Amino acid sequence: MAKGMREVKGRIKSTQNTMQITKAMEMVAAAKLRRAQEAATAARPYADKIKEVVGSIAAGTKGVKHPLLQAREIKKTGYLIITSDRGLAGGYNANILRKVFVTIRERHKSADEYELFVIGRKGLDYFRRRNMPIRQEVTGLSDSPSFADIKSIANQAVKGFEEGLYDELYLYYNEFVNALTQIPTEKKLLPLSDVTAGGTAGVTSYEYEPSAEEVLNVLLPKYAETIIYSAMLEGKASEFGAKMTAMGSATKNAQKMIQSLTLSYNRARQAAITQEISEIVAGANAQG
Amino acid sequence: MSTFLLEIVTPERKVYAQDVNMIVVRGIAGELGILPNHIPMVTPLKISSVKIKQGGSEQIVAVNGGFVEIRKEKVVILAESAELPGDIDVDRAQAAKQRAEQRLSAAKKDEIDFRRAELALQRAMNRLDVSDKR
Repeated sequence: MAKGMREVKGRIKSTQNTMQITKAMEMVAAAKLRRAQEAATAARPYADKIKEVVGSIAAGTKGVKHPLLQAREIKKTGYLIITSDRGLAGGYNANILRKVFVTIRERHKSADEYELFVIGRKGLDYFRRRNMPIRQEVTGLSDSPSFADIKSIANQAVKGFEEGLYDELYLYYNEFVNALTQIPTEKKLLPLSDVTAGGTAGVTSYEYEPSAEEVLNVLLPKYAETIIYSAMLEGKASEFGAKMTAMGSATKNAQKMIQSLTLSYNRARQAAITQEISEIVAGANAQG
Repeated sequence: MSTFLLEIVTPERKVYAQDVNMIVVRGIAGELGILPNHIPMVTPLKISSVKIKQGGSEQIVAVNGGFVEIRKEKVVILAESAELPGDIDVDRAQAAKQRAEQRLSAAKKDEIDFRRAELALQRAMNRLDVSDKR
């Protein structure tokens, strides 16, 4: 064997192994993506309904006052950031984290002016490394998280606003467009402003028991938590979409690499054969 | 007998969607029996069971918190979780009940933990209750 041939062969082999792994990961992500999308769709009726009822209460009763609806002077800001636990998902985590980091840099001068709620290990590591104040975190969520999994963090985030720990709350997650495109999105969660602004016309007017305020008291925190939950589900779908795309292109790259390596391997082999023949011919000529 | 559509929806999925004759729910202001053509109403619910009458049979569902939205021809129960008797994990509810009772006896009355343990106990009892009546 000519020099280098063995090395090239080894590289082909190892690239092939890598390709097998990335291909498997791609397919797993594709299957999980479908399930995540289904979960996101299944969650929609609940969110829609709550929004509808809250909207109709807000539209039906004039001058509702509730701490969650009231804008205050902003002294401190809360951020809830949804990332994934695992990497190898292309720019999924990097994009959202960069967006958060840049925004916080622009808006705040010192670490006293904001607090973070982080979902996902990647985000947690990122902000820990930068010594940013993390109030609460959730890691190790399953691939199809249930409402109970994130209830505590969602609850805390909403309660913190009610208690006046911060005066606005932003939600950061990757909006799912399709498997190829995920957009890092910022959403102002609290104070809830879009509810009353909607002014949903033509909805049924309800009786409230015991009273409209009382019902609103129960509903508004639930509404906010529901928004967080749907963002979480959408984030999951985005994660698998990003992962699928990243692994798909990794597989494609591996294929290309194998092709070019095979070509140079064959060239080397051919060169070795040619050389051997010419040596034999030269030897035979010298004898004859 | 006239019927109306009952839907029970949780953040994860739609648990129940059928035409029924009557339901009995426990709102925070008291128990309510709802028949078709009820006046439109919204009320939060306690952690309790919901009784559903359909044809000649009766069914119960464990509903954890949430609220009910009533319209003339349709009733929607939105809850954080809701289980039909067959879906309840009795062992888990049993364990949750014990855990909650332990915490209740350990915690002081004024703490948030106490509230949480109390709610957990209510949920567990409700689930056990419903699965017993099956």
